[in-house]
Amino acid sequence: MQLLNTILIGITAGSIYALMAIAFVLVWRSTRVVNFAQAGMALLSTYFGYEAVSRIGSFWVALPVAMIGGALFAALVELILMRLLVKHASSGPIAGVAPIIATLGLLGVIRSVISMIWGGQDLRIVAPISNNGFTINGSTLVFSPLKLVVLVVVAVLLILLTILFQKTNLGLALRASAHAPEIARLSGVKVDSVRTLGWALAGAAGAVAGLFQTVNGNGNFSPDSIEFSLLLVSGFIAAVIGGLDSLLGAVLGGLFLGITISFVLMYVSSGLFFIAPFIILLIVLFIRPQGIIGVKAGRRA
Amino acid sequence: MHKAKKESTHLPIFILGGIVLYFLSGLVDELRVYQGATIAVYVIAISSIILLTGYSGQVSLGHGALMAVGAYAAAVLRIEFNLPIIVCFVVAVLAAAFGGALLGAAAARLSGPYLAGTTLALAIGLPSLANQFEVLGGEQGLLFDVGFPPLSLGEEFTQYKWFFWIAALAALISMWVVRNLLNSAYGRAWRAGRGNEVAAQLAGINTARSKVLAFTISAGIAGLAGALLAMTIGTVSPSAFPLALSFSLLTGAVLSGITTLGGVIIGAVVLVAIPEIADVVAHRLGSSESVTTNLPGLIVSGLLILTVLFVPNGPVEQHRARKAKHAARHASSKQEKH
Repeated sequence: MQLLNTILIGITAGSIYALMAIAFVLVWRSTRVVNFAQAGMALLSTYFGYEAVSRIGSFWVALPVAMIGGALFAALVELILMRLLVKHASSGPIAGVAPIIATLGLLGVIRSVISMIWGGQDLRIVAPISNNGFTINGSTLVFSPLKLVVLVVVAVLLILLTILFQKTNLGLALRASAHAPEIARLSGVKVDSVRTLGWALAGAAGAVAGLFQTVNGNGNFSPDSIEFSLLLVSGFIAAVIGGLDSLLGAVLGGLFLGITISFVLMYVSSGLFFIAPFIILLIVLFIRPQGIIGVKAGRRA
Repeated sequence: MHKAKKESTHLPIFILGGIVLYFLSGLVDELRVYQGATIAVYVIAISSIILLTGYSGQVSLGHGALMAVGAYAAAVLRIEFNLPIIVCFVVAVLAAAFGGALLGAAAARLSGPYLAGTTLALAIGLPSLANQFEVLGGEQGLLFDVGFPPLSLGEEFTQYKWFFWIAALAALISMWVVRNLLNSAYGRAWRAGRGNEVAAQLAGINTARSKVLAFTISAGIAGLAGALLAMTIGTVSPSAFPLALSFSLLTGAVLSGITTLGGVIIGAVVLVAIPEIADVVAHRLGSSESVTTNLPGLIVSGLLILTVLFVPNGPVEQHRARKAKHAARHASSKQEKH
């Protein structure tokens, strides 16, 4: 029973990491930038969701509201910040680190502005359905209706994204711009707009991750909550495990990370909560630096 | 004659700087002396980032954690063995350098965003380890007391002034070391590796070893800064080394000009001045408490973005680049005429 519980906890947490990892991958594919502000954007979207919940009262309306808010904000960031960055900081010794520094700065700005608007205290989003575990044969699982819904929603989103990427013209444009921007441009793809769209999709995925991370925890969130730092690190690590370039890899990476952390916490020590992701990342980078879904080029950005 | 001057170690200038600081510390009031000590700590920490990122081309978001390693090493030695303070500082450097060597060995295989993400995970994870070991004092942390200033300095001599003397001396020494390192064969190897790794390897530079060395030295310097920071605060705790510290250091380095060691004082002064400026601005605007407390963070992050966008390589480099561009344009327009 404990084994089953550990796996189920890991899968639920992992599916949220997977969403975050997808956000990283979408941004990486469209602009070759690791967006360290991703967790900040997810946090901002969570506040959008909070506002929607407190006005409308329904979590299921708030979720798309947060997604749209997150998508618009991310698109705005790409349009303003990223394009300025390409224009001004693409040469000299800073060129390699400029996107990292700029997105970190953005993370700080988002956090400060959120604290200014909503204050630093804990806010609360109540889970739409029960987080009490299912009962089988008299013993209670840690797996709850809420966790089931999280899994289902994540799965549906993944299927939608896959259809978008594999079956539509837009998806073709997204893939083409990621792999060969020059050729795509020559073939009439509006690469710049496609990049903005990539960011917007990432913003929406991050919004879902942020909201689910909140309700799957104790429902509380604040600008400084460690949950979001962890979401940033876990999403990044999941994306790296998956190879940073593949959506499927991001999902597998997220699940792998979620289950591994769950096992470490259960069977080694719960005190390793914050350091475990770092250790797992180091091990992965040493054993399989190209990720699960191997890309030929190494870790050279 | 000119060449000989270029190759000197500039020791007299640093000694002169020390003498100026010595007299300055007697002229200003207590608060300024304390801020001076903090500036000295930031000068050391930022120079470690400039060495690593500006010269060796590696990004670290985990230098706050390496500073914590130095600070904890110094505090534990002081408490458990009551060793002289200078020994504590030396061990702080060695402990952080050791941690940096381990991290650097992993880092040499990574680049750009991978390294940034790995060090970010460390910065979030490492301070929480303090709760795992009793000797590290948990969330409350440890006291770190460097002791009273020696009586021979007179009874008027304050504790803050003593902090300032220690920190400023450490800053002068480490700046001198870093400056000469950057101008040595090591410094040239780092820059070569940053510019073009393959070309550097063809020129016979072991770029992997050179990167690990840069990480080790940078970590050691960060460890010294960490121990000094702990000295000025009086305690060592996980909350003294938050992620925000690592970000501040990066901001300071970018403001200084990521390849301009001489600019380090700009970054350090700005970092110390920002909370004060924010305070004044918030009071002027009569803003609420939540705005007041978050304004410094907003200014630091906003400055980071603006600097990267508009003065990406720092004020000094920017000026140089503009000059070069101008010259190039001049040359090309001449060519067109022909």
